Amino acid sequence: MDKIPNNRAWFLILPVFLLVAFSALIPLMAVVNYSVQDSFGGGVWIFVGDEWFRDVLTDGRLHDALLRQLGFSGLVLLIQIPLGVLIALAMPSRGWAVPVCLILLALPLLVPFNVVGTIWQLFARVDIGLMGNTLREMGVEFNYTDDPLHAWITVVLMDVWHWTPLVVLLCYSGLRAIPPAFYQAARIDGASRSAIFWYIELPKLRGVLTIAVLLRFMDSFMIFTEPFVVTGGGPGNATNFLSIVLTNWAIERRDLGPAAAFSIIYFLLVLLICWVFYTAITRIGQADKR
Amino acid sequence: MESGTLADWLEHSFGWMAWTWVTGTFFLTILGLLVVMTVWELAMPTVQRKGFLPISTTRGDRFFIGLLSSAFIHLAWLGLVGAGLTWALAICAAWMVVLLRYG
Amino acid sequence: MGAVKPGKLALTLYIVLLLLPLYWLMKMSLQSNEDILGSFSLWPVNPSFDNYVTILTDSSWYMGYVNSLTYVFMNMAIVLTVALPAAYAFSRYRFIGDKHMFFWLLSNRMAPPAVFLLPFFELYHAVGLFDTHIAVALAHCLFNVPLAVWILEGFMSAVPREVDEMAYIDGYSFPRFFVSVFLPLIRNGVGVAAFFCFMYSWIELLMARTLTLTEAKPISVTMTRTVSAAGLDWGLLAAAGTLTLIPGALVIWFVRNYIAKGFALGRV
Repeated sequence: MDKIPNNRAWFLILPVFLLVAFSALIPLMAVVNYSVQDSFGGGVWIFVGDEWFRDVLTDGRLHDALLRQLGFSGLVLLIQIPLGVLIALAMPSRGWAVPVCLILLALPLLVPFNVVGTIWQLFARVDIGLMGNTLREMGVEFNYTDDPLHAWITVVLMDVWHWTPLVVLLCYSGLRAIPPAFYQAARIDGASRSAIFWYIELPKLRGVLTIAVLLRFMDSFMIFTEPFVVTGGGPGNATNFLSIVLTNWAIERRDLGPAAAFSIIYFLLVLLICWVFYTAITRIGQADKR
Repeated sequence: MESGTLADWLEHSFGWMAWTWVTGTFFLTILGLLVVMTVWELAMPTVQRKGFLPISTTRGDRFFIGLLSSAFIHLAWLGLVGAGLTWALAICAAWMVVLLRYG
Repeated sequence: MGAVKPGKLALTLYIVLLLLPLYWLMKMSLQSNEDILGSFSLWPVNPSFDNYVTILTDSSWYMGYVNSLTYVFMNMAIVLTVALPAAYAFSRYRFIGDKHMFFWLLSNRMAPPAVFLLPFFELYHAVGLFDTHIAVALAHCLFNVPLAVWILEGFMSAVPREVDEMAYIDGYSFPRFFVSVFLPLIRNGVGVAAFFCFMYSWIELLMARTLTLTEAKPISVTMTRTVSAAGLDWGLLAAAGTLTLIPGALVIWFVRNYIAKGFALGRV
């Protein structure tokens, strides 16, 4: 559908622009200001130029945390997206089972972040947790507070538990929006189940999958509360993700400057990755329409 | 009197933002560039085209790519070379012109 | 039909695994702290509702739920009010900077909250909104508005433009057309957008904690503070956690049909 060129449409955008600009641009500008200064409390600031940026860029902990973060986000996406699509495909398409499944599936989504942390703490603990205790009974020495691998498994499981339902809901809605005529045509052509998936369902899911991947990437890249509650970034630095490093850095250095420089770099990275992904998906979409 | 209360109000409202001349100039420059791009667009609407970039872009797309890559050029300069950001700025300005013209 | 069964089995298994941690939470909420730490059992031993009674009779606990719900619903109202016209503009018109505006909106979801918290605190102090519900509602717009615009735009693009043109020919003004003709057509989209706003605002902790002190303190913060002050009372914590599930479950109940009807998002 061709859109009408009309610059007065800006008036419809204006409320959104003002509202978001208030909460986004002013804090962002303040963070940029902090990042080039050294704070001495009481509103005393000394200009230090690019010092904090050089500090942050040459700090090994940031590099480690970045790799860890990329690993975590990648792993989480690799598990959640295929799993979510598969579960959505397995969902019933009509009948009483639909609302029941939807409600049960969506429950984890509406649990506040720190409650998710609490739930998994309670669930994975060796002494009182169902998972920890069962594993111990089975002879597995599971201990997420000492073993880095186990801590990782716990944090990834927790994120998969919390957020896979989002992918399922989006994909399920996308699947329901495919007109039945598409399936009928496929049946007449004698298409196999996998052919239907690759040539009909997956292309139609592109819109919702883009939202799912972008949302999951952004949110997992900024994950803070859940690992903080469960592992506190430990054992050692095993689950010390970027946001946790950033917060510790701000507290430990007692200074906003380095933390502000850190978060600007962090923001630019997320912006770059999301832009590349968004552009790539949009181009594929336009190529399809032609 | 009037200016005194105004200064107080400004201090109360924006003092926490810790403005510096450098960052102020930076944001005003960005704002100025945005205004220029808008006026340019109004005077001469852009045409989507394919340059040396792997995707076809409008002028606004190239401007955004230029800004984002400039940020990373600055970071790379700081991380690899260290001092002398003026050079990084010069490289970015040149890069921006090349991008807008041939990208 | 043999091919359908593994799918059903996998779905059932998945849902059971999904519910296990929640079952565990509810089991603990029915026990006293001594029983929880004393012995391991698969179902509640000496079940009692004491933990729930504590929460529902103590205003410092239950006001947390009231505060959370207040700012969540304020946020939903604000977001939908501003996002509907914006989404309409994005879906119907081409204007200078439209694509960049759209991406800029989206980019606000990407800012890591950890260090933006201090500027938020200062900003809302400076404008005198600190520790009010509206402050949290406004701050949550940062990530909910972009998402709502994105979702609504997808739904609106699916409505043919002939609908708008017919209405204008029939002499509808824009506001009247929007409310009486257009909104009913994208009802599902409004439901889905409201659901996402509720979800993200309800589960968010960092901003809500930063922007409130006592008057508007949300339940998730009440949980962290009360618990750390009194030592860990797992039973009470589990009961408070269980209660946070209820508003969410109700909201899903209301929007289940919108999700089941299906949406394929137009943009991208």
